[in-house]
Amino acid sequence: MAAERPADPASAAGAAPSPPAAGAAAFSKSEMMIVAAARELAGQRVCFVGVGLPNIAVNLAKRTVAPDMELVYEAGVFGARPARLPLSIGDPTIVTGATAVTSMWELFAFYLQGGLIDVGFLGAAQIDRFGNINTTVIGDYARPRTRLPGSGGACEIAINARQIFVIMRQSARSFVDQIDFRTSPGNLGGAEKSERIRREQGWLGRGPSVVVTDLGIWHFDETGEMRLDFLHPGATLNEVRATLGWEPHVSPSLAPTPPPTPEELRLIREELDPEGMYTK
Amino acid sequence: MSGSKVATMRDAIAALVRDGDTVAIEGFTHLISFAAGHEIIRQRRRDLVLARMTPDVIYDQMVAAGVARKLIFSWLGNPGVGGLNAIRRVTEGADTSLELEEYSHFGMVARYAAGAANLPFMPLRSYFETDLPVANPLIRPIESPYGDGMVYAVPPLKPDVTVIHAQRADAAGNTQVWGLLGCQKEAAFAAERVIVVVEELVDEAVIRADPNRTIVPGIVVDAVVVEPWGAHPSYVQGRYDRDNRFYRDWDPISRDPAATADWLRDWVYDLDGRAAYAEKLGPERLRSLLPSGSAPSGVVDYGEYR
Repeated sequence: MAAERPADPASAAGAAPSPPAAGAAAFSKSEMMIVAAARELAGQRVCFVGVGLPNIAVNLAKRTVAPDMELVYEAGVFGARPARLPLSIGDPTIVTGATAVTSMWELFAFYLQGGLIDVGFLGAAQIDRFGNINTTVIGDYARPRTRLPGSGGACEIAINARQIFVIMRQSARSFVDQIDFRTSPGNLGGAEKSERIRREQGWLGRGPSVVVTDLGIWHFDETGEMRLDFLHPGATLNEVRATLGWEPHVSPSLAPTPPPTPEELRLIREELDPEGMYTK
Repeated sequence: MSGSKVATMRDAIAALVRDGDTVAIEGFTHLISFAAGHEIIRQRRRDLVLARMTPDVIYDQMVAAGVARKLIFSWLGNPGVGGLNAIRRVTEGADTSLELEEYSHFGMVARYAAGAANLPFMPLRSYFETDLPVANPLIRPIESPYGDGMVYAVPPLKPDVTVIHAQRADAAGNTQVWGLLGCQKEAAFAAERVIVVVEELVDEAVIRADPNRTIVPGIVVDAVVVEPWGAHPSYVQGRYDRDNRFYRDWDPISRDPAATADWLRDWVYDLDGRAAYAEKLGPERLRSLLPSGSAPSGVVDYGEYR
């Protein structure tokens, strides 16, 4: 999966600056996705960490582009310094050495609803073009084909965090025209409605700002819809279309995502995920 | 000692958990009382309404054992691993015999807080423009009495019994926790009856030397059960680590109803309590869960004032 050295993407879509590619190491699609998500966190101050892929992406960012970022875990930790990458987001390593341990009431009421969170990082089972998210059921609510975990903290993170990052693998089953259940609001039916509702209801969150997949990086355009700005090395537009339930907006200055650097790969493989739980 | 609430797990569950009760075994990843869950299974309680933010493997086991008629929850999964397969078998497709009442995490915490504070509801900014209030009509919009818009409200949750696990308590039930606090304080104050399960029973003087660490006072506690390793495969900060291997192993076991039944027989019904469970796990497994090092807190001086 080695890629050519890409063009400088910084001018293309206002993305976070990425480290230059140094050498052409082999890497997996999952590793590219995690690296791309981590780089998007450059410059962010306070990040609410979700279970699964967000967990490894945020911990990679903390070791690379955002060393001063405060990690907040819904389990009730502000300023975590995890020494290992935990399987769960309630692991003892997020407590030892943290700035503060809070009750979950304090965490959700004062830190999240109170407006201290810059980025909420979410995963999803289904997402639509406006970044609305389903993590509740596939099929009918009363008799679901698949019962998913439900909201957890996602519903309030989507409403109260200043912006939302999403990380998930792209497939026709997950990137759908209509989600089966709206667990967490994104840009609702488009930018106009989203802005009006958020203003009227006094939401602090501005909604989704980036979706990182195993194929590319999407930001949201002025209509409130996802726009493909970067294509990962090895991925094609045909592949993107085949794994999408709608006709995508593609940036006229679509650029290739710079591949992972050897150091990013080393951090993932040696420090963060030596067992390959997230990257297989 | 007068006023002692110390009891065996068998006696505490027998006296305080009744068929049809709403039971909350709380603890967010940390301090989940698997020991109490297993004793409820052994005593074959039925028709329980099980409340927990994250039902976790413990409620998967309890649902598999047939103790529950309903779940109240906010995140239904095996963290970092996948789904809860015994629960999925009775909530998907043709068999939806387990009733579900679902919230978001903040909604569940707010329900316990309303219950603990004896309020008729708790308002929160969640749920707008989502399908959750449709799925659960107990989540209702209300107008702010101060004329600044709508918020959603959730009703109080007052469990008949809340069970929490802790590092230590004294015989009167004054309970101290460090590490993740979850919603145990709210869930305990909201409940009619409270069982505290601890790794260690300590003298009252130990509690009084560090009152900031007390999350639940004995006045709301009905029984104190001393049960080392009582949270395994969950964990106790500073004492033993989360047994992630168990959480992974549970996935294939729970996918197969026969394997699940065998597991319940071998690890619950055929054992008489937690000591036997810890012995069956074996010293090597237990040793592997000890922290890799020590990280003591600094000592603070509360001062003496006469």
